[in-house]
Amino acid sequence: MGKLKVVHYINQFFGGIGGEEKADHKPEIREGAIGPGMALNGGFKGEAEIVATIICGDSYFSENTEEAQKEILEMVKKQDPDLFIAGPAFNAGRYGFACGSIAETVQTELGIPSLTGMYEENPGAEMFKKSIYVVSTKNSAVGMRDAVKKMAPLGIKIAKGEEVGSPEDEGYMERGLRQNFFTDKRGSARAVDMLINKLKGEEYKTEYPMPDFDRVDPNPAVVDLSKATIALVTSGGIVPKGNPDHIESSSASKYGKYNIEEFDNLTEETHETAHGGYDPVYANIDPDRVLPVDVLRELEKEGKIGKLHNYFYTTVGNGTAVASSKKFAEEFGKELKEDGVDAVILTST
Amino acid sequence: MPVVHICTVVPISLTVGANRIVPAVAIPHPLGDPKLDPEEEKGLRRKLVERALNALATDVEGQTVFEE
Repeated sequence: MGKLKVVHYINQFFGGIGGEEKADHKPEIREGAIGPGMALNGGFKGEAEIVATIICGDSYFSENTEEAQKEILEMVKKQDPDLFIAGPAFNAGRYGFACGSIAETVQTELGIPSLTGMYEENPGAEMFKKSIYVVSTKNSAVGMRDAVKKMAPLGIKIAKGEEVGSPEDEGYMERGLRQNFFTDKRGSARAVDMLINKLKGEEYKTEYPMPDFDRVDPNPAVVDLSKATIALVTSGGIVPKGNPDHIESSSASKYGKYNIEEFDNLTEETHETAHGGYDPVYANIDPDRVLPVDVLRELEKEGKIGKLHNYFYTTVGNGTAVASSKKFAEEFGKELKEDGVDAVILTST
Repeated sequence: MPVVHICTVVPISLTVGANRIVPAVAIPHPLGDPKLDPEEEKGLRRKLVERALNALATDVEGQTVFEE
């Protein structure tokens, strides 16, 4: 078998064309390896070779992303490589975005295994580490040798379709994928080992890491509650009796939006919970115990709040994916804003 | 727009990143207590909702739990 054919993508700086003043350089393709490509070629140890290098200015790519992608896809297609490598981009933001974006596009559009490398805090890492292999590098080109040491062998593996090891073993960023494997020790024994190590202050490794939860800055307070429209949102599964939209009792795939203009009080006759993760008896007898419509209506009549929003939003927070919850809130958050809601009370069971 | 999270398991709320948090009564009835008579129970609910409104009207720097 001959050498694996590789196409390499780099920016105007690593391509030796120029610095910021050349950042609007349009994509061009040159034969063979250039700059960091030489190091990669060395790292391939004769198993693969860069046949062509595509150079594109960082500004050109980020300002004309769709066009740049199209032009570059054409260039890559003609070369018909076994592997596409972009970067490494280290901590350069626009370059990181370009590397991640083009590697993802080549992989999905052309079906060619692709990878890139960058520093973990490069914004491109967060954007693309789940869809493609992003090797973790140092934050500047000082880390080139280290980056090549990981990128070259990983590239050969994915080009050959060989099994790829864990993120730690191979040096790429976690993709949030789970893989089955056989082990001699059963779960309970592994858990006890982990606990003992933790108690001893020694290193232990969870087999089930928590998802990354993002943080948002607190929004400013409501200035005058007596003029504010307050909306109710819940993950406690309160729905109109009969659950008309069939919100699932666990791992919900949707949320509901329901009118409460006519209600001073939620009762057993009108509402219930769809949540399958807690004893529903108390919420079914009096849904105000989860969604306090009765009290907010009172406060509205007393003028303590301006208005209770006409709609409440609801889903079941039982094993529901963080990604789904985020999507729900992005959608109805926009609606709440458009409807002039000033603040939200979110209740959870 | 500010959001206040009324929830029973405060550590979860802190983990997922809520900024204004009001601790609630119990998982199956965060804003109620079936052991109380209906009037008392509604009073308890009102206190929690008023605390939540107070949280919405208070500027916070970071994650803040509004205890009694």
